[in-house]
Amino acid sequence: MKFLHTFRRCFLPAVAALLFAGAAHAQTKLTIVSWGGAYTASQQKGYHEPYMRANPNIEIVNDDSGSGALAKLRAMQSTGKVTWDLVDMVAGDAIIACDEGIAVEIDHDKVLASAPDGTPASKDFGDLIVNDCYIPTIVYSTTFGYRTDLVKKKPTKIADVFDLKKIPGKRALEKRPNNNLEWALLADGVKPNKVYKMLGTEKGVKRAFKKLDTIKDQVIWWEKGAQTPQLLADGEVVIGSTYNGRLFSVIEEEKQPVAMMWDWQMFDLDGWIVPKGGKNEAEVMKYLYFATDTQRLADQAKYISYGPARKSSAPLVGKHAELGIEMGPHMPTAPANAKHTLLVDFEFWANNQDDLTERFNAWLAR
Amino acid sequence: MSQVLVTADGVPLKTSLARAQRRSKLKAVALVAPLFVFIAVAFFVPIIDMLFRSVENQLVGEVLHRSMPLLQKWDERSGELPEEEVFAALALDFREAKENKSGGRVGRRLNYEKPGFSGLFRKSARGADRMEAPYREAFIALDEKWGDIENWRVIKRESAPYTISYYLAALDMGYADDGGIARNSEDGRIYLKLFWRTLWMSLFITFLCLILAYPISYLLSVLPTAKSNLLIILVLLPFWTSLLVRTTAWIALLQQEGVINDLVVWFGLVDDDNRLAMIHNRTGTIIAMVHILLPFMVLPLYSVMKTIPPSYMRAAKSLGATPFTAFVRVYMPNTVAGIGAGAILVFILAIGYYITPALVGGQSGTLISNFIAFHMQNSLNWGLAAALGAILLGVVLVLYFLYDKIVGIDNMKLG
Amino acid sequence: MSLPVYATLPEKIWHYTYLSICALIFFFLIAPVVVVIPLSFNAVPFFTFTEEMLTFDPAGYSLKWYRDFFTNLNWQGAVKNSLVIAVFATLISTTLGTVAALGLSRSEMPHKSVIMGILISPMIVPLIISAAGMYFFYSKIGLSSTHLGVILAHAALGTPFVVITVTATLVGFDHSLVRAAATLGASPQRTFFRVIVPLILPGVISGALFAFITSFDEVVVVLFVGSYEQRTIPWQMFSGIREQISPTILAVATLLVAVSILLLTSVELLRRRSERLRGITPH
Repeated sequence: MKFLHTFRRCFLPAVAALLFAGAAHAQTKLTIVSWGGAYTASQQKGYHEPYMRANPNIEIVNDDSGSGALAKLRAMQSTGKVTWDLVDMVAGDAIIACDEGIAVEIDHDKVLASAPDGTPASKDFGDLIVNDCYIPTIVYSTTFGYRTDLVKKKPTKIADVFDLKKIPGKRALEKRPNNNLEWALLADGVKPNKVYKMLGTEKGVKRAFKKLDTIKDQVIWWEKGAQTPQLLADGEVVIGSTYNGRLFSVIEEEKQPVAMMWDWQMFDLDGWIVPKGGKNEAEVMKYLYFATDTQRLADQAKYISYGPARKSSAPLVGKHAELGIEMGPHMPTAPANAKHTLLVDFEFWANNQDDLTERFNAWLAR
Repeated sequence: MSQVLVTADGVPLKTSLARAQRRSKLKAVALVAPLFVFIAVAFFVPIIDMLFRSVENQLVGEVLHRSMPLLQKWDERSGELPEEEVFAALALDFREAKENKSGGRVGRRLNYEKPGFSGLFRKSARGADRMEAPYREAFIALDEKWGDIENWRVIKRESAPYTISYYLAALDMGYADDGGIARNSEDGRIYLKLFWRTLWMSLFITFLCLILAYPISYLLSVLPTAKSNLLIILVLLPFWTSLLVRTTAWIALLQQEGVINDLVVWFGLVDDDNRLAMIHNRTGTIIAMVHILLPFMVLPLYSVMKTIPPSYMRAAKSLGATPFTAFVRVYMPNTVAGIGAGAILVFILAIGYYITPALVGGQSGTLISNFIAFHMQNSLNWGLAAALGAILLGVVLVLYFLYDKIVGIDNMKLG
Repeated sequence: MSLPVYATLPEKIWHYTYLSICALIFFFLIAPVVVVIPLSFNAVPFFTFTEEMLTFDPAGYSLKWYRDFFTNLNWQGAVKNSLVIAVFATLISTTLGTVAALGLSRSEMPHKSVIMGILISPMIVPLIISAAGMYFFYSKIGLSSTHLGVILAHAALGTPFVVITVTATLVGFDHSLVRAAATLGASPQRTFFRVIVPLILPGVISGALFAFITSFDEVVVVLFVGSYEQRTIPWQMFSGIREQISPTILAVATLLVAVSILLLTSVELLRRRSERLRGITPH
C-alpha cells in the first residue's frame, strides 16, 4: 500500500515531466541570423510570423549578428559546432561562404517553390542566383539621398555627386572601394558595360581614383549603413550614399527634407545561405520553401522598400503595412527609378576585393 | 671543530631553515599557480595559436596533394610552363576538390597573393570534370591564366607548408616578378602608414589624457573625502556609459549643426557660414578617444596621489623651495607610479580601439586595428590578420620593455 | 582644498585659475553624459536636437525608446547577460587575482617580475589581438558562443587590474601583523580573514571595480567570442548598427546613469552614516 503511494507520488510526476519534456523537444528552434533593425523586423513580419503561425512546433529566434556572420560561421565550422540554421548574407559574402565550403549547395528547383504560373524557381530568380548556395530574397540598391532644403540645384545624375560647383557641400560615401569606384568611372563618362572591364586594368583603377580625388576633401566616409541617414538629418552632408531602404524610412517615416537621386543606383542582393553542419537542415529547407515563395517575398516589401528577388513577386507588391503608401514606386526596381542601374559584378569583386580595399585605404591615407 | 647548530628536534638548523624556506616558496608558488594556469590557458595559448596562424600555410599543399609534389621539380626560371604530368595531376586534384568543396578555399588563399585566383579556381573546379588529355592545352583553353608562368610561380611558392608572405604583405612588401622581395608600389603601401598613425595617435591621446587627468586627480586627492567622492562620480559616470553611446554623444556635440557649434555661433565667435569642422576628422577622433580613456588615467593617478602625505610639500616649501619647484621636484616624482600605470593603460586601450575612430574619424579614422578586424571578419584572410596582430604585439612589447626599464612594472598602481 | 589666510595675490590668482581649469575638465568629462539624457527622449530616431526639442514643444519628445527598451526581449536579455557575465567574470578574476597577489608579494616568490609580467599580459596586449586569439582558440575548444567562454575571456581581461591593485596595497603590508596574529593563537584562516582581508580590501574592491567595468563595457571580445545567446548590452548596441543606431541605446545609457547615480550616492550616504556612528567626523 505504502509502495503504491510512493509510486504515485514520485513516479507519476516523473512520467508527466518526461512527457512534458518530450513535448518541449518537439518544439524546434531555428536560429536565423540577419542584420537587425528594420530589416530583421521586415523578415519577422513577412516570413517568420506567418510561418510560425502555420507551424506551431517551430520557434524562430533572430540573431542580429549579421555583420560578423561570415567569419563566425567559418570558425564554427572548423569545430563542427554550428549553432545557426540560416544566415542572411549579401551576395559578395555568400560567394566567399560558398567558396569556403561553409554553405550548403542547394538545388534551387527542388528546394524552392515554383512561381504561381509554374515557372521553376531557378528561372524566377534568374541570374540573381549568383552561386549554388545562394537564395536571394531582396534586391536593394546603394544610392543617393540629398537634402532638398540645402541644395540650390537638384542633383539628377551621378556626375553631380562629383560636381562641387553644382552641388557644393559635404557628401557621404562608404569607406570602401565598392560602388565608389564604379560611380567614379560612370561619372567620368565610362560606358556602363565597360566599367568592370576598366576596373580590371591598372589604368582604369587610376582613373577612378583620380575622379575621386576631385571630391576627396569634401567627403565624409561612412562605415555603417545607419550613418548616412543621421548625417543627412543633421545637415552634416547635403548628399550621401546608403541603402535605399534606409533612405525610404528617412523620407517617408521620419519626414525629413530628403529626396532620392536614383541615377546609377548599384544593385546588390541580400539572401539566405544554409550553413553546412546546422542541426535542423531538414526543417530549414521546409521553412525556405515557404518563406521564399512568390507571395512571401512580395509581403516583405510591405515593411521595407527593398524589391523582391523573384520576378513573379513584383506585381504583388502592395502598400506599406503601417504608412499605407504604395510601395511599388519606392522599389529600386520600379521603372521610374531604374532608368540607370548597374548590378554589382560579384565575380569581379570576389577576385579583387582585398587588393582594391588596400589600395583604397592607401589612397585615403595619402 | 665546529659544532653544528641543531633545532629542538635534533635536525641541523641549516636543513630546517632550508626546509622552511622551501615550504614557504612552495606556498608562494601555490598561491600564484591557479591564476598562472588560468591565464596560460584562457589567454596565452590563444595568443600563441593566433601567432602560429601568421606563418601556417598547409592548405595549398594539402588540397593539391598530387600536383604540388610534382611541381617542386619545375624550375620557375626556365621560362617554360610546368610539364604535362603536373597538369594531369592538377586535373585529378581539381576533381577531388570539387567533390569535397575545397577548391574555392585554395583559390581564395591564392587570391590574397594575386587577384584573380579566386575566379580561376572556381572555374577550373567546375571544368576539370570534362577535361581530357593533353591537360596542359585543356587547362589553357579553359582559362588562359593557366598559361601564365607568373601564376605558377605563385602557386609553387605558396605550396610550402609555412610562408612569410603574410608578414611581407603586412609590411607593404611582396614578391617581384623575378621572385625577389620588393616593396609595393606607392599606391599599394598602406600598413606601415597605418602602424605609424596608430602609434602616434595613441601616444598623443595618452599624453592629452595625462595633461587633463593630472590637475583633477590632484584636486580629488586634496579635497576632503565627502567632496572628492561627489566629484569622483563625475569621473565614474562616463566610465559606466557605453563607448558607443559616448561616441554618438560626441557626434551630437561636435557636428556642424551640433551643440558646440550652435553655442559658438550664438556667442558670435564665428559666423554661421564658417562653423567649425570638429568631427569626421582627426580632431573628432582625438576628442572622443580622450574622453573615453580619461577615467583610466584619473583613477590610478588619484589613488597614488592620495597616498602622498601633504607634509612633503610643506617640508619642501619650508626648506625654501618655491611652490613650483616643490611641486615639480618633490610632488611629481612621487606620482610616477600612477602616471606609469595610467599611461600604459590608456596607451594600450587606445592602440586597440577601432570602433570610435571608425565612426567619428572620417578619412583618417582607419587604424591598424580596423584592418585586423576587416581581415578577421570580412576578407577571412586570417593569416594576414594574425601577421598584422603579431607586428602590433611586437611593437607593444618593445614599448612595454622600455617602460619596464624606465618605470618598472612592479611600480604600477591602479585605483 | 582651501587657501591659507596668508596666501599672496599671485597665489590666489593661480588658485582660482587652477579651480576653473579643473571645472572645465570635469565639464568635459560629464558633458556627453548630460547630452545623452535629453536626446534619449527624442521623438525621431536621430541623435540630434530637433527644432521641436529646442523650443520645448512636447511633440519633439517621446518615451518610445524607453518603451522599446522595456518591451524588447533582446534588451532585457542583454541586461541580464551583461550582469551575469560581468558578475561571474569579476568573481573569477577577483578571487584568482587576489590569491595570486598574495603569493606574488611574498619575498620567497621566485622569478617575480617575469611572472608578474605574464599575469598582467592581458592588459598589455591590445584588445583586438586578444579578441582575435580567443576567437580562434575558443571556437576550437568549443567555448565560443557559450556563456562560459565569454565569462572566461572577460575574467582573463579583468585579472591584471586585480593583481596590480592588490599587489600595490600589499607593498606597504606589514608582515609582522601576520606573525603577531599567529603568536596570539589565530589559525591561518582566521588570520587571513581577520587581518589580511581588511587591510587589502580597498585594493580588492577597486580591482574588482575595474574588472567589472572591463566586462560590462567590453565590445570587441564579446562580438567575436559571444553570440546572440550571450548578447550583452554593448553586443546588442553594435549588432544592428548596419541598419540602425537606435536611440534605444541612449535610453539604456540614461537608465544606467540613473542607476549608477543612485548606487554611488547611496554608498556615499552609507559611508557617511557609518562614519558618524563610529564617531569619526568627515574632515
